[in-house]
Amino acid sequence: MRRSARSLAAFTWAYIAWSLVPVAIAILFSFNSGRSRSVWQGFSLRWWTGDPNASLLRDESMRTVAVNSVVLALATLVITLPLGTAMAVGLQRWRGHGSGAASTLAAAPLVTPELVLGAALLLVFTNLYAAVPLGRPAQVLGHVTLNLSLVVVTVRARLLTIGSSYEEAARDLGATRSEALRFVLVPLLRPAIVAAGVVVFATSIDDFIVSSFLGSGAGSETVPVRIYGAVRGASTPALNALATLLVMISFVGLLAGGAILFALRRRNGERVTLREFVSEVTQADA
Amino acid sequence: MSTPSPRSPGRTPARTRRASSTPSRAWSVFALPGTAWLAVFFAVPLYAVAAIAFGRIDPVFRNALPAWNPLRWEFATFADVLGEIVAGELRGVAVRTVLFVVVAVFCSLAIGYPVAYYLARSAGRTKTLILVLIVLPFWVSYLMRMLAWVNLLQRDGLVARFTSLFGIEHNWLDGSATAVTLGLVYGYVPFLILPLYATLERLDWRLVEAARDLGASPRQAFWRVTVPLSRPGVAAGLMLVALPMLGDYYTNDILSRSPRTEMLGNQIDFYLNAGTQPQRGAVLVLVLSFVLACLAWWYVRDNARSQEVR
Repeated sequence: MRRSARSLAAFTWAYIAWSLVPVAIAILFSFNSGRSRSVWQGFSLRWWTGDPNASLLRDESMRTVAVNSVVLALATLVITLPLGTAMAVGLQRWRGHGSGAASTLAAAPLVTPELVLGAALLLVFTNLYAAVPLGRPAQVLGHVTLNLSLVVVTVRARLLTIGSSYEEAARDLGATRSEALRFVLVPLLRPAIVAAGVVVFATSIDDFIVSSFLGSGAGSETVPVRIYGAVRGASTPALNALATLLVMISFVGLLAGGAILFALRRRNGERVTLREFVSEVTQADA
Repeated sequence: MSTPSPRSPGRTPARTRRASSTPSRAWSVFALPGTAWLAVFFAVPLYAVAAIAFGRIDPVFRNALPAWNPLRWEFATFADVLGEIVAGELRGVAVRTVLFVVVAVFCSLAIGYPVAYYLARSAGRTKTLILVLIVLPFWVSYLMRMLAWVNLLQRDGLVARFTSLFGIEHNWLDGSATAVTLGLVYGYVPFLILPLYATLERLDWRLVEAARDLGASPRQAFWRVTVPLSRPGVAAGLMLVALPMLGDYYTNDILSRSPRTEMLGNQIDFYLNAGTQPQRGAVLVLVLSFVLACLAWWYVRDNARSQEVR
């Protein structure tokens, strides 16, 4: 039994190494001083800031691509969170004709693979919604559709655990309906909204299929789309730097979300552990 | 990620009718904008796929002429493509898609189960550390993770140089089925580990102890008690990896870009993004959706059945 436990531990650590070391190597190679992305020639910041034309900082097309990704993710976040939260509250409490169908509609994108969604959106934008040009407008619409259900599910799960007693108490104490909603329910929902926001941001910034299907040309190219296009060509380590930047941005999103969650809990006098935070975010993710 | 949620919702009864004594109808106003959004940008697009698949092609400009009225649907192209899948040009692609996905899913399970098991059984700081490390890949862009493997596998990459020490000169990045399968496993394994871990974590381990007390060997207890109890997690995990793998085309493009490893997703990408034959692309999207719907249906049924057994 002991021995099998030890080999299980070894296996797990081997898996973790396998899953992370290649990425660590790719990050390392963004600091390579030569042009190669696979033969180490010494440490330098050449591909980050040094090279006057081809470094991440100086190459305008790379900067544009990074900005595109962030703008797309933030726009998605700003639309998806209110839309999804309202939808979750509505679906949770609305009983009657149409509510079942609306709930099904809200869950369906979760089991729809991205390729199907991306293809369907491309076909509808090119054949029916001609008013929406491919490029950033179409990408934002696509990303919101991709992420909306995720917010609905996360917020609904939280609504289930909250129940209605807090709001009823507020109403008994003289709050109006909208006051109970604004001052009681919304603050209680905030952790779930933040957790959902973290995942939406990460999903959007990492998304390849929808961005690629609905993009058009360099003006709407995002980092994943650029990586896809350039990875097999004769790219310099600047591409690794760009990919590293993308990873950093998604961690900034995660940390920002974490900081907000901690602050919210702290204000309520609760303590949060790291594991709790991880499981909150991964639950929203799964 | 567009994936099914394996978790069952929380424990509190939700349907307290009194909910702040607001008439139920009023709440529908909150649900309205989101519902309208999904109707316009989810339901209609899916219908558009069918309208284009069963529509016609403009004889001059070769663009799609969607048939919005189901009574006008024509099935010639659809039958054509199905014929090619069963016994024609697309047969190789279909067989390969299934083969790659089955092998990759199996490898994912073989890797993911022990890891999830160890994670669920560990405790304290170690557990938090392992959990964080296992979640980490979720925050590293998928494309970045594929880029990492391109760097390792290309001609002068670390892996290629390592294998050439043993005299293995293999071009990993040009039509290698191994590289594509490895890419799929590497890309999607984390999605299998998490739901499996969630199930194993909540598993009633007293039942395993009881089996041991009653004389089962550790191996018997594992295969006869732990594995059956973890079945919902296995099913959820398999779904979570199989769905995106079946619709994947970029892993394949990045690690191979050769017709020898082409999958269904590559064909869809080709027909739609190369822009030449949107109708055939639409038909393939329908075929893929059908396969995926079957899988999802199996999953829901399996889940319902295992709930009954409890």
